[in-house]
This record gives sequence, structure tokens and C-alpha cells, in this order.
Amino acid sequence: MAETTMTHTSQMEPRPAGWRGIAADWASDQRAFKNVSWGKAMMWIFLLSDTFIFGCFLLSYMTARISTRVPWPNPSEVFALRIGGSEIPLILIAIMTFVLISSSGTMAMAVNFGYRRDRRKTAILMLLTAALGATFVGMQAFEWTKLITEGVRPWGNPWGAAQFGSCFFMITGFHGTHVTIGVIFLIIVARKVWRGDFDIGRSGFFTSRRGRYENVEIMGLYWHFVDLVWVFIFAFFYLW
Amino acid sequence: MVDVTPADAVPPAEVGEVELYHPHSWWTKYVFSQDAKVIAVQYSATATAIGLVALVLSWLMRLQLGFPGTFDFITPEAYYQFITMHGMIMVIYLLTALFLGGFGNYLIPLMVGARDMVFPYVNMLSYWVYLLAVLVLVSSFFAPGGPTGAGWTLYPPQAIMTGTPGGQDWGIILMLSSLILFIIGFTMGGLNYVVTVLQGRTRGMTLMRLPLTVWGIFTATVMALLAFPALFVACVMMLLDRALGTSFFMPAIVEMGQQLQHNGGSPILFQHLFWFFGHPEVYIVALPAFGIVSDLISTHARKNIFGYRMMVWAIIAIGALSFVVWAHHMYVSGMHPYFGFFFATTTLIIAVPTAIKVYNWVLTLWRGDIHLTIPMLFALAFIVTFVNGGLTGLFLGNVVVDVPLSDTMFVVAHFHMVMGVAPILVIFGAIYHWYPKVTGRMLDETLGKFHFWVTFLGAYLIFFPMHYLGLMGIPRRYAELTDMTIMTESAHHLNSFISIMAFIVGFAQMVFLFNLIWSIRHGREAGGNPWRATTLEWQTPQTPPAHGNFGKELPIVYRWAYDYSVPGAKEDFIPQNVPGDFAPSKEPS
Repeated sequence: MAETTMTHTSQMEPRPAGWRGIAADWASDQRAFKNVSWGKAMMWIFLLSDTFIFGCFLLSYMTARISTRVPWPNPSEVFALRIGGSEIPLILIAIMTFVLISSSGTMAMAVNFGYRRDRRKTAILMLLTAALGATFVGMQAFEWTKLITEGVRPWGNPWGAAQFGSCFFMITGFHGTHVTIGVIFLIIVARKVWRGDFDIGRSGFFTSRRGRYENVEIMGLYWHFVDLVWVFIFAFFYLW
Repeated sequence: MVDVTPADAVPPAEVGEVELYHPHSWWTKYVFSQDAKVIAVQYSATATAIGLVALVLSWLMRLQLGFPGTFDFITPEAYYQFITMHGMIMVIYLLTALFLGGFGNYLIPLMVGARDMVFPYVNMLSYWVYLLAVLVLVSSFFAPGGPTGAGWTLYPPQAIMTGTPGGQDWGIILMLSSLILFIIGFTMGGLNYVVTVLQGRTRGMTLMRLPLTVWGIFTATVMALLAFPALFVACVMMLLDRALGTSFFMPAIVEMGQQLQHNGGSPILFQHLFWFFGHPEVYIVALPAFGIVSDLISTHARKNIFGYRMMVWAIIAIGALSFVVWAHHMYVSGMHPYFGFFFATTTLIIAVPTAIKVYNWVLTLWRGDIHLTIPMLFALAFIVTFVNGGLTGLFLGNVVVDVPLSDTMFVVAHFHMVMGVAPILVIFGAIYHWYPKVTGRMLDETLGKFHFWVTFLGAYLIFFPMHYLGLMGIPRRYAELTDMTIMTESAHHLNSFISIMAFIVGFAQMVFLFNLIWSIRHGREAGGNPWRATTLEWQTPQTPPAHGNFGKELPIVYRWAYDYSVPGAKEDFIPQNVPGDFAPSKEPS
């Protein structure tokens, strides 16, 4: 893609103050968001739409949890691991959360090195992010396996409201799918960085558009969003 | 005009030219095309094809209602399946897809002065996923047990129980899967439409110079991106209820003496999710119609739209308000009286921006140079029909009036007038208006007039009597009413009359389809700008526009889209890309 970032920032007419100014800024010539490329704008709007999906999932879960007349299983007991003879509550989730948040850190560093056009470091950091993401999904698979062997099913569980299992598998499954898709795209973009596609302006295989280092940042937006969603799932599902 | 950019003050281009994928073969030119115009035609053709299926289904329903007991093959189960598929296809697979996927794809890039959508490849995928959704939907007709008969609202628990057609067969699974696919496909297209309008406009095209068509489609797309998630979630959860036996929406329930495995779910939760999507959906269909009809009226009355700024803000206000009215579809489901009060209030507030729009259309016509072309006829018919349908909305928006009318034919009459007939009239008008740009030829006028009058008058003859039936208390969604005491002789005659009219109006649509196909080769040559309109799509160097839309140089916009009959100007219209100030006319608003 040709440069879609801002090239001319001068020539700004004085804008009216207050609400009129806000309206005038939004309505301004050619682009509503100056300095925002098409790809980045598209990702932000997609994330807004995706927020509504996760919002609806979480609200439905809360409705189910509030309205059920059967007791809700206690998360700190259900999600405890027996390590060295003692039950440690939420230990696996704590590690998973730590891993995912760390991957946000490596992703941010990758974006930074991307803009410095440091091919090697960017690719390595992206692959590291992908590895952390894959670790998260792996631990989630472990958690699912543990709960399934303990008798949790989407339609019921030994401890209380049937909706516990339904919500758990649905919400963590939907989030896990997001992480998995993220890992796949991280690897694809990392490969492009490694090969130098963004330096020589090679055209995309499907889109026939030239990629830019900004793609790393757009990938990062998605990744940070998936992390942020996890924080809400963690708070509302495991800590409540 | 106040809103005219002097020729020497044109800002430099903020975004450089982008490369377009130029097709190398017949396949990439006409089938897997990344050109928004080809995608638009593909969307429109698919939507029309599936819409014809829904039209036939409505005939079958009317056969049963008008002449009960005459047609053995229309069993009660089949009748419910016809109702369900007719509603779902018309609302989602026809209206939404045609307005946003069809008109959106064709008009947005041309009207904002862009070469194409911002991400043509994703745009192409959008169509193919939509086609897949349609195919999955169609496949349910051939699945064991047939399509779902749960009503277009798919309310649980009945939607996934044995007594409902398709409930324990494939029908409901295919329906939900198809909806999920549709939402995925729509999201890909919708992101394109929004970003193209926000970030891909040509020089001089500020948001406040956009034609109202683009404003309508843009706002509807934003709403769809925020409303479809609720339907997506509802579909996923019901699919889990049906396929895995979870109990999101299924309470403890006894079916034919058997206690089902489900326990503790909330059917009302589904209703909330569904209508959080369902009510904005009404305006997702209506707002593009509002926008298009504004442009039709302005062009064919040779007068600037009255109160442009107010029209834009009314569109935005309607879009925002439509997210806080959803529970007015659930008055009979039972809710706290304060909630009923809240939702009735917000519902009635929507009448304010809507009335502003109607007044502005009428004031645009006021002392205009009205040309009674076919697009104009349809636009006028829309105003009348929309007011009619809107007025019955005031009845149904109030809790105490709604409760007795709920689930009667009055409701059927209301929503068919306001979101069935009215937007379809705009679609017809828009097709007559833009067909010359798409094909280079005019549609036949005589056939068009015939099509208009039969459709317009016929629609009233179909739906007006339904109000009366509804006030009598005739319920909707009943396969057979012959034995009911409220079903008097006259009501029965009325039903037969409605059915006959439905066939006549349906026949007129065949004439329209013939016109569409015949005129591609035999229509009168249109030239580049047959309506002498101002907007950019009429200023393209080729008709139909070539790939890339505008030749070597993108147009530069100097004025708003409504400079008709400007005093002092040579012609009675000044295209948006013509520089120069003329004698000042009146303020736009």
C-alpha cells in the first residue's frame, strides 16, 4: 500500500471551539482521523465491534450467574491446583495471566523495533510473543482437560449450576480462539519481517498490496486487545 | 453558496494513490473480482435471487390464509417454515445485503471520490462469505425436517424443541450457522464501508459535503457493526443449547410428558440479545433508505435538500436512539413497569428526528421543479408509506396500546409498511435512478410506470386491510383461523382479497425483473449523466465507470452535493467537482 499516513499537517485552518470544533475536526477534509492509516483505522473499528461481542458474552454470563437458583461453584476451589500437597487457589490462572500480559510486553517491544526497522529483533520478539501466546493456549488446554476429567461438561458439573460449565467453555473457548488466530497471524507477519518484505515493498500474496512496518503495530493492536479482554474474563469469571 | 471552496484553496492530497489489483483473466474480472462495483452487482444479484424465494414463500402463506383448507401441501408445519424463512430472508439476506452490500459497495467509493474500497480483497471475501451464508440457508430447505419454523425471531425454548419444525432436526442448526456466517461476512464488508467514508475521501470532500446517501449507508453500517455482535452471541449460545445441551436459554421444561435435560436458562435473555440487534436492524434498513430518498428527491425536484445539516444530525440521532429502545418489542414478555415507561419514552422520542426528516423532504419538494420520473414516483410513494407505517408505530410504542394489539395482524401491517414496503420502494426508486450508471442504458419507462403503480397501490391494498383485521383481534402466525368466532365472514373475504392482491403485486415484480434484463441490451442509451445530477458518480469519464472509477486524476470537490437551480449558474445543476462561486443562493439550512 502507498503511504497512507499524514504528509501535510500544516495548513490547518483555525477551528471553532467546543462541540462545533469537535464536529469540524471529525468532518474535516479527506480523513476524519489525521495520521491514522486505513489499516489502523480498520483494526480499531473491528476491535470496537469485537468488544461488543465479548461484552454480550460477559453480560450473558453475568445474567446466567445472577439468575440461577442453584449455587454457583466456588472458582477458587474449582480452579485450584494441588502442588506439593497443598491446594493453591487460582495458581494456574495466575500463571496464564502472567504469561499473556508478558506477551503484551514483548509485542510492544516488537512494535518499537519495527519502527526502527530492526528486522531481526522485530521478528524474534514477534515469535517470542507467539510462543507466549501458544503457551497460554497450551495451559488453557491443560485447564480444560483437568476440568473435564473432574466431570465438568457444558451441560453440567458436580458442584452446582450447569451454566458454570457452559459459560466457562464458551467464553474461554472464544477467547482462546482469538489467541490462536493471533498466534497464527503473528507467525505470518514475523515471517514477512524476517524475509524483509516490508523493506523491499514486496506485494502481498493475496491482496497484492505492499506491506509496511506499520503492520506490526496493527498486529499489536489486536494482540493487546486480546490481552485486555482476558483481564476482564479473569476478573469476572475467576475472581468473582 | 457559503460552502464553496475557491479553486486556489484546494488542500493537497493527504493520501497518495494506492495500487489496485488489476484483473488478469475473466475469472478475476467477473467472478473473483476485487472491484467494488462488480462486488456490488454480485451482492445485488444474490440478494435478489434469495429475495425471490422469499416472495414465493409469501405467496404460499397467502394461499393458505386466503383459501384455508384448499391446498393440502401447506401443512401447519410448512406454514410456519414459510413464515420464518420469508421474514429472515427479507430482513437480513435481502434488505440488509442489498442496501449495504449492494448500494454501499457501488455508491460509497464513487460518491466520496475514491478509486475503490480501502481493502478490496477483504471486500471480495465479504461477498463470498455472504454467498456461503445464503447457500447454507437454502440448504435447509433440502435438509431432513426442512427449514426451521420458529418464526423469524427464533425465540427459545420453542425454537429448539420437537414440536417446532426443524427444532430437533437440521433446520435451526443451519439457520443459526447461516446467520453466524452472514455476520462474519458482513463485518468484513462493513469495516470497508466505514473506513472508506472516514479515511478514503477525495480532496475537498468533507463529511458535511457527503451526499445523504453516503451518510445513511455509513451510519447504518456503524450501527450494524455494533448491533450484529448481539445476534452473533445469541446464535452461538442457542447453537450450544441445541447441539451440546447447554441451558443458556432453556429453562427446566417438560415436553410431551418428558422432562428435558435443560435447567435454569433464561428465554428472556435471548429476547434481550435478539432485540438489541433487532431494533437497530430496523434502522439499518431504514437509514440507507432515508439517505437515498433524500438524494432522489433533491435531484428530481431540481432543488437543494432542505436543511442538510439537520438531515445529517437526524440520521445520527436516529442511529444512536435506536440502541436504547429494544425492549419495546418485549412489552408482553413482562417487565418492570418503569422499564416499560423508559422504553416507551425513548421509542416516542425517535419520532422527533424522524419527523424532522419527513418535514425536510416535503419542504424540499415545496416549490421545486418536480419531474415525475420513476425514481421520483417511488420517492414520493416512500414518504407517504413511511408516514403511514410510522404513525402505527406510535400506537405500538405505547405499552397500554401495544399489549392488546400485540401479535395481531396490526403488527404485521405496521412493520410491513414501515420496514418492508417503504425501504423496498426506495430500492426500486434507487435501481431506476442508478441503473443507467451501472449499465449505461435506461430502464424502460412504460414498464416502469406499470411496475410503480401496481406495486404502490397494491401494497396499500394488501396491508391496509391488515390493520383492520388486527383491530378485530385476528392473531398473526396462525396457520388456520376458520373455526375462530372472531374470524367473521367479512374478515375471511378480506383475507382472500389480500391474497389475490399479493399475487398481482408479485406479478408486477416479474415485469420489473424482465425490465432489468431486457434493458441491459435494449434500453435507451443513457449517457454519463441522464438525470443531470451533481454527485460524483455521475461525473465519471466512462459509463459504466471503469476499474478505478475516475480515470487518471481523482476529482476535486468544491461544493456540497445539492447545488440545483443555483441563480446565476448556466445550468440548473452544478456538479460537486466544478470550481467557482456563483451568485449566492439561500443558506442551505
